[in-house]
Amino acid sequence: MVVAESKPVQEILEMIKDCKKVVVAGCKGCVTVCNSGGEKEVGVLASELRIARKAAGNDLEVVEYTCERQCDPEYIEPLDDLVKDADAVVSIACSVGPQYVAFRYPYVPVYPGLNTTFIGGAAEHGVWKEYCQACGNCIIGEFGGLCPITRCAKQLLNGPCGGSSGGKCEVGKGTIDCVWHLIYERLKNLGKLQRLEDPELYKDWSTSRDGGPRTMIREELRK
Amino acid sequence: MTMTAGSNLEKIFKAGHKAITCECGPPRGADVEHFRHKASFLKGYGDAVNVTDNQTAVVRFCSLAACRVLMDMGIEPVMQMVTRDMNRIGLQSNVLGAAALGIKNLLCLTGDHQSFGDHPQAKNVFDLDSTNLLDCVRVMRDEGKMISGTELEGKPAMFIGAAANPFADPFEFRVIRMAKKITAGAQFIQTQCIYDMDRFSKFMETANDMGLTEKCYIMAGITPLKSVGMANYMKKFVPGLLVPDEYITRLKGVPKDKQAQEGIKIAQEQIQQCLEMKGIAGIHLMAIEWEERVPEILEGTPLHPRPKVD
Repeated sequence: MVVAESKPVQEILEMIKDCKKVVVAGCKGCVTVCNSGGEKEVGVLASELRIARKAAGNDLEVVEYTCERQCDPEYIEPLDDLVKDADAVVSIACSVGPQYVAFRYPYVPVYPGLNTTFIGGAAEHGVWKEYCQACGNCIIGEFGGLCPITRCAKQLLNGPCGGSSGGKCEVGKGTIDCVWHLIYERLKNLGKLQRLEDPELYKDWSTSRDGGPRTMIREELRK
Repeated sequence: MTMTAGSNLEKIFKAGHKAITCECGPPRGADVEHFRHKASFLKGYGDAVNVTDNQTAVVRFCSLAACRVLMDMGIEPVMQMVTRDMNRIGLQSNVLGAAALGIKNLLCLTGDHQSFGDHPQAKNVFDLDSTNLLDCVRVMRDEGKMISGTELEGKPAMFIGAAANPFADPFEFRVIRMAKKITAGAQFIQTQCIYDMDRFSKFMETANDMGLTEKCYIMAGITPLKSVGMANYMKKFVPGLLVPDEYITRLKGVPKDKQAQEGIKIAQEQIQQCLEMKGIAGIHLMAIEWEERVPEILEGTPLHPRPKVD
């Protein structure tokens, strides 16, 4: 899923300081799963904004709505009536959401209420970790199913580097697993260590963000 | 191993001598006089001098320019190049530029992560890693082609080196990783600084068994300990660096003003021990911000005076 975390309320208050009425729009997709932008978080943020503005003697009207998804134009539609007399939308979807909202309402300011952090998964309750950088050409099959592009701080194709110690990466003060150590152990378990004996050559980054913003087209679905 | 670049360093190895390389880091500013001053202590002591490339991800004046400064002083440089700060376009361009300036030794590194340096907010590149860069430079030199396959107008004659850290984990993989670098193009290896002699000799044993010392010149990295403080720092904060208690005890055992002397003595002993190991082709002496003591260190070893080669 796309993992995101809430921006500090102060930062959001600053963005909407000139507004009298805002819509806080959540999303029932990934950000609901990672507890940062679902129905519940919409309610919490709305209350925080109201309370802060009331305390400042400058009341704010907040309309709450949680879209089925904010990454599909049809699910943005229900906001049409809500944004009509609003001064701004605060979207707490991943950063796709505010951009869809901005596209649909050319004259309504939209602000992100989240920082989109990564594509990842839950490690334990309340902990999420990054697993994918969407390079567009998955190579994890070569590395025991683990991704060196995302999980190695230097994106090494021929790790582990000299900074691997006790299974941990030198970056992150011992909090990050050295994925190359994990790859080594896993290939050893699978009896495929010899895979690591030949140099892994250049990665083609043109399928990644480096080739420019990407579009995926599936003709069979377009008809 | 046939002659590829004809650098002094390569010739020393080819002639069967134990080689010695030193290191000189460019300053964090444009103070070229300071750099010349530090380098002046190394002249006549190293067969070549490594010029670091923004080491520890701290901005310094660039390796390419510093190499040129050394050449003007009559010192042969080993240009270090990291993949952290440049993509394949920049890297290949710099390899060609270095060759055009007459630089003949190139050490290919990935580089320290920028979070350790003075610009942790920087965007890193890592388009290639060190192994990729080794392959790239070898293909440019031997096949006259860029990564893209484009033909070069003039091949860069480079004697190609790589680093190896025998002390990182997993230990069993360290030699295999070095072998990969040799396959990719490394003709000489400079190791991370060695303090744990037992672990290093095990590393070398495996390297000998795998026939790597026949394919590549392995230089043992030595960094003299200036004080007990430095030894403790290295032990605690440099990942994968094992400083045995024996050395710390020895440094502690002498008065503070004699610790530097003791550190030099330890370095000389280590150099001797490494030179006696099977398969060691030379020493890479990294006297960090201690260039002025290099002559004294080396004069107490069989590595001085240096042989002349043609």
